[in-house]
Amino acid sequence: MIAEAGHLALIFALLMAALQAVFPLAGATLGMPAWVGVARPAARAQSLFLLIAFGCLVQSFVDNDFSVLYVAEHSNSALPLFYRIAATWGAHEGSVLLWATILGLWAGAVSLFSRGLSEVFVARVLGVLGLVSVGILLFILFTSNPFERLLPAPLDGRDLNPLLQDFGLAVHPPMLYMGYVGMAVPFSFAIAALLSGSLDIAWARWSRPWTLVAWAFLTLGITLGSWWAYYELGWGGWWFWDPVENASFMPWLMATALIHSLAVTEKRGAFKAWTVLLAIFAFSLSLLGMFLVRSGILVSVHAFANDPERGLFILIFLGLVIGGSLLLYALRAPTVKDHARFHWFSRESLLLLNNVLLVIACASVLLGTLYPLVLDALGLGKISVGPPYFGSVFTPLTAPLFLLAGIGPLVAWRQGNPSRLWRQVRWLIPLSIVAAVVLTVLWFDIGQIATVAGLSCAFWLATTSLLPLWQRFRHRKGLGGLRQPLGYYGMTLAHFGLAVFLVGVTVSNHFSIEKTVRLETGESATLGGYTFLFEGVREIEGPNYTAREGLFTVSDGDRITARLRPQKRFYPVQRNVMTEAAIDPSLARDIYVALGESLEGDAWSVRLYVKPAIRWIWLGGLLMMTGGFLAAADRRYRLTVKDETIVTTPA
Amino acid sequence: MFKLKFILPLALFFALVILLAVGLRLNPREVPSPLVGRPAPAFTLPSLLKPEQSITPDIFQGRVSLFNVWASWCVACRQEHPYLMQLAREGVTLYGLDYKDTREAGLGWLDKLGNPYRQVLFDESGKAGIDWGVYGVPETFVIDKQGIIRYKHIGPITPKDWEEKIGPLVRYLEKQP
Repeated sequence: MIAEAGHLALIFALLMAALQAVFPLAGATLGMPAWVGVARPAARAQSLFLLIAFGCLVQSFVDNDFSVLYVAEHSNSALPLFYRIAATWGAHEGSVLLWATILGLWAGAVSLFSRGLSEVFVARVLGVLGLVSVGILLFILFTSNPFERLLPAPLDGRDLNPLLQDFGLAVHPPMLYMGYVGMAVPFSFAIAALLSGSLDIAWARWSRPWTLVAWAFLTLGITLGSWWAYYELGWGGWWFWDPVENASFMPWLMATALIHSLAVTEKRGAFKAWTVLLAIFAFSLSLLGMFLVRSGILVSVHAFANDPERGLFILIFLGLVIGGSLLLYALRAPTVKDHARFHWFSRESLLLLNNVLLVIACASVLLGTLYPLVLDALGLGKISVGPPYFGSVFTPLTAPLFLLAGIGPLVAWRQGNPSRLWRQVRWLIPLSIVAAVVLTVLWFDIGQIATVAGLSCAFWLATTSLLPLWQRFRHRKGLGGLRQPLGYYGMTLAHFGLAVFLVGVTVSNHFSIEKTVRLETGESATLGGYTFLFEGVREIEGPNYTAREGLFTVSDGDRITARLRPQKRFYPVQRNVMTEAAIDPSLARDIYVALGESLEGDAWSVRLYVKPAIRWIWLGGLLMMTGGFLAAADRRYRLTVKDETIVTTPA
Repeated sequence: MFKLKFILPLALFFALVILLAVGLRLNPREVPSPLVGRPAPAFTLPSLLKPEQSITPDIFQGRVSLFNVWASWCVACRQEHPYLMQLAREGVTLYGLDYKDTREAGLGWLDKLGNPYRQVLFDESGKAGIDWGVYGVPETFVIDKQGIIRYKHIGPITPKDWEEKIGPLVRYLEKQP
């Protein structure tokens, strides 16, 4: 019954999405207020029905209803409740439903928090969101229905992939999708603005907080994914340039360009057409990612059920949404007038450079991701593009970004003063380099040019981003000088987070050490000044697995640093063995132990890692996310929205 | 009305859609191998399980077999492995080539996931892989009773591949003298 209710709710959601798309868009064009008025209630009803549908699927998992095919394929009665709930979005069908539900929630949020906007504009925004919803819901109902029954019902389910039986599954996909799907909101604002023909500054101001929130969620989602891969895959890496990772990274790069370009459009009225194009691109890359992940067109470690028919559906959807938007852009953008003038040395120019670099970086990731496909399509054989390509192409593109992010905020709008900038930062350049050299030599005993360069960039970015606050503090002689809008603090925190991230990447990439050893009970190995004493392996019984658990006592001289218990788990339902690494985390370094294979006697092969500063990577991500949320909470966006009601008249 | 720079994104996007459509329609796993129709390349390789024993292409004589190239570091192989186990249970003759791997990791893999192979060859350096024209792992060759390569499959074998292509070919070859 519950599955049928869910199915029915999905159909109702589709009807609501159709209402939300057709009447408001038609009403806005034809000037019919009654039709325009359909937008908000339809959007709210749609989110309600989607929540019901999603709740029904969760309930089917909670109830172990194996007569539902999707539940039978991805759950098991022995699976703990927490994972049964997370299993709802553990595979294709449920994750698309999550996608659609989150899109519904974003549309619902727009309907609630847009009181200050003109009715006609809101109708267009919600109408565009409704169109996207219609496409996704048709996709679910026709190709990926999670409520399909399996009769007669099996006695038990096939269990969730053990890789996914983890806290990471509970948080990573929802946060990532909040970001991905959130890009639909600035996209819809951009399309609505193109439709109404009024690409004004107000449009940029309305888009900004939405874009910032979506960007912050995307940052969080990617950070969580990287952290999860690090501890769960047992390889010790934090980023693999896998096509699915790239699929989330490309929208992030584009969204990062977008939040910077929106700032220029709002503050200076420049780059209007470019900003619209970025908004279209950011969401397009979200959709492209969905296509790449779910069509089976590329080989990836993320195993979604691959189906060319689903791929074809998404491709057509993608063609209509993106093709339609770009056509609209080609028709309307030439009429947009940019009157803003700015000097070559100004914040506008620097932000333009930031945008160009980010877009090129994004294009290089896209190229690396699609290159195997291009060769394949041309019949030139199968290759895979790995980390070497991305390492050599992506890194040089991002290095100038780190330097730019430091000075951008110090340069004035319209016309900057190069000599003033020079006076401000000249002592920071040698300071950053000296600090990096000293740190590399003192702390790690080795001087490597790449490390020094990376750390110099990080120090430069950290000091330059805090410099204005320090100057204000000094000139105004106290805390009063620090009274700045939240948006400013958001930016500072995000840039500082980027510096923290860069420290983590540089230090952990160059100074991580690892070792694979053969250990018998009672033997010990040393790595990076730590002694790992292997005290043996015992059998333990989990809820839906059995495991052999090793005990390692890690000591640093005489002091015991940690007791680590890595496991080798066997999941009987999927007949799958999983390695659960044990980690002693700290900001200075991670100690990471993973059990390899059981060798003869009571000997085991064991992998040991000491990874300095790797936590800084995710700490940096969290700081960037916090910066995004802070900036979105700026009072300005709430105040101006009220002012706009007086100024704006329906188009 | 139209200006080139504003149409450019649309044009690029169309090129991308065409590429993706071609990618969808094309079977990326199907790459013709120059080896098809020729006898298996000569090799003398140690057995993975018994290092002192060496194996030559004579193993292919007299029965239709699948020659599967795999490695413990290969994610797609892990995906394919349960199906190979099933094929082995159904009586299909499988030979394995552990490609560019360490003996320890290769043995650990078979230990952990089961061994569907009648014999496993160990190609630590990857030299034999070059003779066989291995692009990427997993790859599977269908070899007839005379030791002649009849088909090459790139990527993991799925039940669909078996039912539509490989299975019928194996059954056909088995009926030949």
